[in-house]
Parts: sequence; C-alpha cells; structure tokens
Amino acid sequence: MSASTTRVAVTGLGTVNPLGADVASTWDAALAGTSTARTLDNDWKERYGLSVDFACSVSLDPFDVLSRPEAKKLDPSGQFAMIAAREAWADAGTPEMDPTRLGVVVGTGIGGVWTILDQWDVVKERGARRVNPFTVPMLMANSSAAHIELDLGAQAGAHTPVSACASGAEAVAGALDMIRSGRADVVVAGGTESCIHPLPLAGFANIRALSTRTDDPEHASRPYDKDRDGFVLGEGAAILVLESEEHAKARGARIYGYVAGRGMASDAHHISAPSVDGQSRAIREAVQDAGVSAIDVAHVNAHGTSTPLGDIGELNAVVKALDGTTDQAVVSSTKSMTGHLLGGAGALETVFSVLAAHHRVAPPSINIENLDPDVPMRIAANAPQNLPAGDFAVLNNAFGFGGHDVAVVVTTA
Amino acid sequence: MAHTEDEILAGLAEIVNEETGVATEDVLLEKSFTDDLDIDSISMMTIVVNAEEKFEVRIPDEEVKNLATVGDAVKYIAGAQA
Repeated sequence: MSASTTRVAVTGLGTVNPLGADVASTWDAALAGTSTARTLDNDWKERYGLSVDFACSVSLDPFDVLSRPEAKKLDPSGQFAMIAAREAWADAGTPEMDPTRLGVVVGTGIGGVWTILDQWDVVKERGARRVNPFTVPMLMANSSAAHIELDLGAQAGAHTPVSACASGAEAVAGALDMIRSGRADVVVAGGTESCIHPLPLAGFANIRALSTRTDDPEHASRPYDKDRDGFVLGEGAAILVLESEEHAKARGARIYGYVAGRGMASDAHHISAPSVDGQSRAIREAVQDAGVSAIDVAHVNAHGTSTPLGDIGELNAVVKALDGTTDQAVVSSTKSMTGHLLGGAGALETVFSVLAAHHRVAPPSINIENLDPDVPMRIAANAPQNLPAGDFAVLNNAFGFGGHDVAVVVTTA
Repeated sequence: MAHTEDEILAGLAEIVNEETGVATEDVLLEKSFTDDLDIDSISMMTIVVNAEEKFEVRIPDEEVKNLATVGDAVKYIAGAQA
C-alpha cells in the first residue's frame, strides 16, 4: 500500500503542444494518430548548416491568447506554461481556496533558451544598455513556476525540478509528495519547454540524439519501428491540477483519476546513455508506492523517444520491474506524434495517461511500419486500443540526460 | 532632429502601451507612473530603455527615480535631445 493515506486526485488538465492548444483538441488529434513533425519554415539549414531542419512546433501564437505586455514578460516556455496553467485551473473549476494551501511545481529541462540567446544577440549587436530589463526573470529556469504562482496567488511554495527530459514527470511526483506530506491541498504541476532554436538543434544533432530523416519528417518519430534513428524535437507545456481527494470531494470537483504513486532513481552510469537497472528501480518503486500490482498495469505511456537503444531498454526495464507480468499491458509512445517536449514531456505524457485512464483508451503509437522484433511488449501500433472496464493503472515513464529516472502511476477514478 | 514635447508625449504613450498595456489616452502629462499608471520599477526600466532608443537620448539610472510623472519624462527627454 501507499506510504501515505492521502489519495491525490487529478481535477484539472491543460496543455499547449504540437498536437493542439488545449486538452480537447490534443486528445482528438492523438486518437487520430496525427504526426506533427514538419520541415521548419526558415533558413536555418542554409544559414547555419544545420543537419536536422525539422521539428514538432506549436502552431498557436501565444500573443493571440495572452495580452501583449504579459506575453512580452515571458519566455516562450513561460507563455506556453501560463496558457496551459490557466486552462488547467479553469478546468478544475477555478477552486476558491486558502492560498497558503495552494502550491506550484513546474519543471523545465533548460529554461528560457530563447530569451538568453535573443538578449545575447542584443548585447552583441546593440550594446548592453538595450538589454530587456525583464531578461533575468524571463530566462531563469523557475520563471514558469514563479509566474504561475503569481497569477494564481499560490502561497504554499513554488518549485522547479530540473532533470532534463524527466523534469515534467518529476514535477508531478513532487506535487504528489507535496500534498501527501501535508504542505498543500492543491498543487498546479507540470512542465514546459521551448527550444526549437538552432543552438539546441545543433547540440542534440551533434550528440547524435536526433532523427536525421530530413526527407520524410512526418515519419521520423517512430518508436519501436526497426528503422527508428533518434528523436524529433518538440515544444510545449502541460499542466495538471492535483488535489487531495478530501479537498476535491469537499468542493464537488470532477475527478479524472488519481496520481497514485511515483518512483525515482538515478543511474550513476552515464551522462546520456540509459540504464535498465535505474529505470526498473524507479518503475518498481512507483508501482509499489501506488499500492497496485503488476497485473493492474493496463497501459504504459512510455518515454519511448525513438532512439535505437532507448526504446527497447525502457521496455526491458518495465518487464523487469513488473517481474514479467506485462501481457495485460499495452504500450504507447505519444512522442511518435508530439515529438520530444524535453522538460514538458513527462507532464504531457502524464496528461495522456490521465486521459487514457479517464476515457479507457490508449492513444496510438504511430509510424510503426516494421515492428522491431526485440520489442518485448504489446504496442498500440498505429491505432488506439481500448482499455478494460473496472480499476486499472497506467504507468508513465520519463528519463533524462544525467541518469534521472522517474515513473508515475495513474489510476482510474 | 529634435522632437517636440507633443511628439515625445505621443511616442512615450506608445511605448507605455506596448510595455504595460496602459491605454495611450491615459498617458497624460500629470499622471504618475507608479501611483496613476501602476507601473513597477522593472517595467519603468523597460520604458526608459525603449525611450532612449526612440528619442536617441541617454537617461542615466540616477535620473530615472526623478521621473515621477509622464510630464517629468517628457521634459527630461526634450532637454536631453542634442
């Protein structure tokens, strides 16, 4: 059973990501198996010699949603997070509550990449005096958490886990711990990233992490396919409102499901290569913490970034952590559709996990033409799969450069 | 080419609107940046940086605190023009 008797409900969801600028359109596009990877509409390839010139971009212009002065004080990562947080908060019914019992945990992999690099250009081209006075509050990694805290008046604490591509899931885990430990009744939690910029693209390309399928970007993110060759960079934010069950029921809130458990481990293995051992320890801990059994895990929203080594290693870690009891579970990598949101990924994939539990359907893992024969689990290949009636659990994994392993278990309402 | 005080007021009102959302017609000479227009110190620095560029003047940081009203800023910029 869980270490704490406090159950933590999910009562609000929000997102801005390549599939959509809100939860409803995102879920529809996911169930339809939509690829969002496109060749970038700019001259970066010719101008800078970028080897990878495609990504999964958000189509929404934040300036169409936020007021102009408000948008100008936020890095794009902060704009996405703010829009997603307001959607989630409204979705939760705009709870009227003691602000000292409301917390914020919003992670990011890097932070204000655009702000740092744009303002460095300003220094070089126009001199130091022209630097935007809001530069530091915009570029700092905690900027999104801080601005959401200000917007909602949250006073229980605002935190920013930074663990590369595990950040968003670590935020959900941190929010769960924050409520269980009694520090807050409600926590607005998630992750964000916006770094489709030539520098991160070059850095990820040079560490050989990105797919180089430049002639066919729509099929480049293809986890579990034999010909996968790396991830596709995405961007966006996802936010969940987590709430103690007692608080949610007292105000009659709609409950999508529960964040029932979390597990965390570090590999102490390699700065970028994954470890089956570390991942399986995190998964095992999350399942135990949730008080469920391996047989209850009906769906896995995998980290599955579409790298040759990572995808199989992760599923081997799941099989190991669940002691081989995985025939009942169907796996999806929604990164096949959204690309990799880095610090936003774990949060968006927790949102997908909650929606899968709520609607009882696993979104598809697209672009599988030839399933890799080494895949040790059943995949929702190219089509959604119905999930069972009754209680079940969804496992969501997120792993980050540095050997950060995070697993979150969501259960049905 | 020096700007008239009317031109400076109009230009300043555009900057204030762009940076803070305050309506241009509310940016009047007698208005206090902090008390009437609710502009905080970082936003004030953003306005200063943009005004320096627009009117090709330099407003030293130690002068900024003396610019209590929109009129103070207009007068300072008018006097600082080459």
